[in-house]
Amino acid sequence: MIRFASPFALRRAGIVGMNRRNVELIAQNNPRHLYPLVDNKLITKRVLAEHGLDAPTLIGAVRLTGQLRDLPAFLEPHKRFVIKPAQGSGGKGILVVAGRDGEAYLRPSGVAFGFDELARHVNNILSGLFSLGGKNDVAMIEEMIDFDPVFEGYSFEGVPDIRVIVYKGFPVMAMTRLSTAASDGKANLHQGAVGVGLDIATGRALRAVQFDKPVTTHPDTGADLTRITVPGWDRLTQLSARCFAATGLGYMGVDVVLDRQKGPQILELNARPGLAVQIANGRGMRPRIDAVEALLTTGSAPSSPDDRAAWAKEHIAPL
Amino acid sequence: MSAKLQLRLMVAVLLLIGFGLTAYKVVVLKFPLTPGEQEQVWTVQAQLRFTADGQPVRAQVNLPGMTQSLYVVDQGSAPRGFGFYVEQSDGFRRGVWEARAPQGDVRLYYQARVYASGGVVAKRPAPDALPDPAPFAEADVEAANDILEDAFRYSADNTGFALRLTNRVFNDITDPAVTTLAGDKAKTADRAALVVRLLQSAEINAAVVRGIRLDKSERKQSLATVIEIWDGTRWQVIDPVAGSVGMPDNFLPWQTGDEFLFQVDGAKDSSLTFSVIRDQISSRSLAIEQGQSKGVALINFSLFSLPVDVQNTFSMLLLIPIGALVVVVLRNLVGLKTSGTFMPVLIALVFVQTELLTGLILFVTVVGVGLVIRGYLTSLNLLLVPRIAAVLIVVITLYLMLSVIGYRMGVEAALSVTFFPMIIIAWTIERMSVLAEEEAMWDVLVQGGGSLLTAILAYLAMTNREIAYLTFAYPELLLVVLAVILVIGQYTGFRLSELRRFEPLSRGE
Ligand SMILES: Nc1ncnc2c1ncn2[C@@H]1O[C@H](COP(=O)(O)OP(=O)(O)O)[C@@H](O)[C@H]1O
Ligand SMILES: [Mg+2]
Repeated sequence: MIRFASPFALRRAGIVGMNRRNVELIAQNNPRHLYPLVDNKLITKRVLAEHGLDAPTLIGAVRLTGQLRDLPAFLEPHKRFVIKPAQGSGGKGILVVAGRDGEAYLRPSGVAFGFDELARHVNNILSGLFSLGGKNDVAMIEEMIDFDPVFEGYSFEGVPDIRVIVYKGFPVMAMTRLSTAASDGKANLHQGAVGVGLDIATGRALRAVQFDKPVTTHPDTGADLTRITVPGWDRLTQLSARCFAATGLGYMGVDVVLDRQKGPQILELNARPGLAVQIANGRGMRPRIDAVEALLTTGSAPSSPDDRAAWAKEHIAPL
Repeated sequence: MSAKLQLRLMVAVLLLIGFGLTAYKVVVLKFPLTPGEQEQVWTVQAQLRFTADGQPVRAQVNLPGMTQSLYVVDQGSAPRGFGFYVEQSDGFRRGVWEARAPQGDVRLYYQARVYASGGVVAKRPAPDALPDPAPFAEADVEAANDILEDAFRYSADNTGFALRLTNRVFNDITDPAVTTLAGDKAKTADRAALVVRLLQSAEINAAVVRGIRLDKSERKQSLATVIEIWDGTRWQVIDPVAGSVGMPDNFLPWQTGDEFLFQVDGAKDSSLTFSVIRDQISSRSLAIEQGQSKGVALINFSLFSLPVDVQNTFSMLLLIPIGALVVVVLRNLVGLKTSGTFMPVLIALVFVQTELLTGLILFVTVVGVGLVIRGYLTSLNLLLVPRIAAVLIVVITLYLMLSVIGYRMGVEAALSVTFFPMIIIAWTIERMSVLAEEEAMWDVLVQGGGSLLTAILAYLAMTNREIAYLTFAYPELLLVVLAVILVIGQYTGFRLSELRRFEPLSRGE
């Protein structure tokens, strides 16, 4: 039986709908000319570096097929790296090299492959096979993240990232998406990935949902989802809050992964983050947005990102 | 001024103008608000084009005649610089335009309103003596005799004879006797001429009648053909399409026997084209005709003052905003997902031409088969543009196969597959297949279903008689549509689908 909520009930619950997200959150806070900052990962990387924000270090970029000749020598000193399309999305075209075996490269699974395969992959990226609309693209090479094992056993495939929604420099909501067999290894909630809402104050799991229904254990691995606690949460929220000053985007999704040694690293930014985070958190975003707006109109809002993150932990988390 | 206020002001102005003009037309000009009783009225237009070079020009167009079931009212028009009159003598009517020294490209229009009620049919005199039929060539005599003897054997009188003969010549494509006489690729005109020739050689007076079959609105209407015979006491008409005796109800005769269809003296490059608009609105025409006679500016500068074929185009164009409104409502208020924003409107436009069920079946077939083939192309790792080009060629091939196989199997509806815009179909297939790879088949079904549902609803709205009438008679209502779309553009409330999506959150557990 399909159940519908009344619009008033959703309003009372503080849910932000798609129309409001588009008209108010995105159109009024994210000027179009800023989109390239986040839609092109190479530009994102530069901006983040300029502001001293942690992200996997850029090793280099291949722009022309001709540069492939020099690539083996260039990659020689780097044992572990990732090649990805600068304008890719949805995890397409990402090649992870987790080590070397003589001349050969190794996938994380341990499978070895030669330079010709790597070159073919770069060529595919350059010709736009993985980018939106098939536009020619740039292949960027960055350091491989040595994933922190906190999420071990929580994901069917791949390593989950943490999505923090940042509104005008205030982290307002966070979640992590765990792929499942049902979601075919993809981190998309409507395809069956598990969404885990994270407490903005502590980084602890609030609740987990799959197909909109609460779950307590991972459907494939059986791991107890309620026990997830993201380490280094303070640094993670501060890092996210700083992205506002770096990009100027008022409504933004910051994707963070955890490196074993270096702690939270920004993987990518999103200027049109979706609304599933509300489902994972089991609450609406509206009261939080309103609280930020109310604070800003008083004129006494903290201006430094770290203070904003601190304020959010205290005042936004309970909402 | 804030954007919000500006928008409100604009909406108010649009509503005021839109409803204001409508109200003026309804209250003052007494335009009806509904199309009224559906009465078949046709406006038929003949457009005569030629290039004049300063010589005196006399242009003549044969005019249509009334039948037992069609009543014709001339609305001949004289453009600036031309004199126009109707020349009438026994048997034929012609519209004549004359000018002393016209220059350049000239278009002359003759319009007739045709009502589906009994016309005044003059009693036709008996034919003169039988014209000498052209004798058949030696090689053809046998075939001709074969047809004549067969027709004679299976008939009792002249009418039956002519009917049998006409059916054979027109309908039996593979008949060797017919192909001998008319050739392999005989057109309707050749077959009609052959019938007349055969009938005359059997000493029956016969003539080809060309005219227009009034069926639906058509920008470029071609002439149809029936055969007229003298059965000894009166003229009878044989319809080769229906294979029946008697003038078809919807046939408007335009040219009989060896009358000319049109003739232009003093100019060159002349051509004649016909267009038909099917008018279901009878009460409206009254108001307009009255308005025109009063010289009301709003009507003289309205769509009704345009040539009929342009009116036809506009009646279609004016429906597109309705389709767009349906899309806006379904996407932003209902929350339906569609593939491509306005692709459903284009599909709906095709449905209007093909009829709904045919269109649906063709669309699903083409896109379905296209998706399967496109799935194979994926494994070839092609670049985007070559890939779409390949899909495009696949689509055209599918059109070809559907048309040929459909036609062979006697499903003529399959031919209308060509109404679907190929580029749009190719892009739809491409987008859906990318969706299938990146997301899941489920998303393809959701989006594809959403698109089809939108297209169907847009189709229903666009073919609704009342809506079609309102948009055409009151084009100012477009401004109201625009206002509604602007308001929806600012709507920040929930979509219907979100009431379901976020339902678990409203329970506040
Ligand atoms: N530097 C990296 N080291 C290890 N894994 C990475 C790295 N960059 C990306 N990945 C993997 O690829 C996934 C998608 O990367 P991301 O940069 O978010 O691209 P996309 O925009 O396609 O989602 C990440 O979730 C992660 O699993
Ligand atoms: Mg990502």
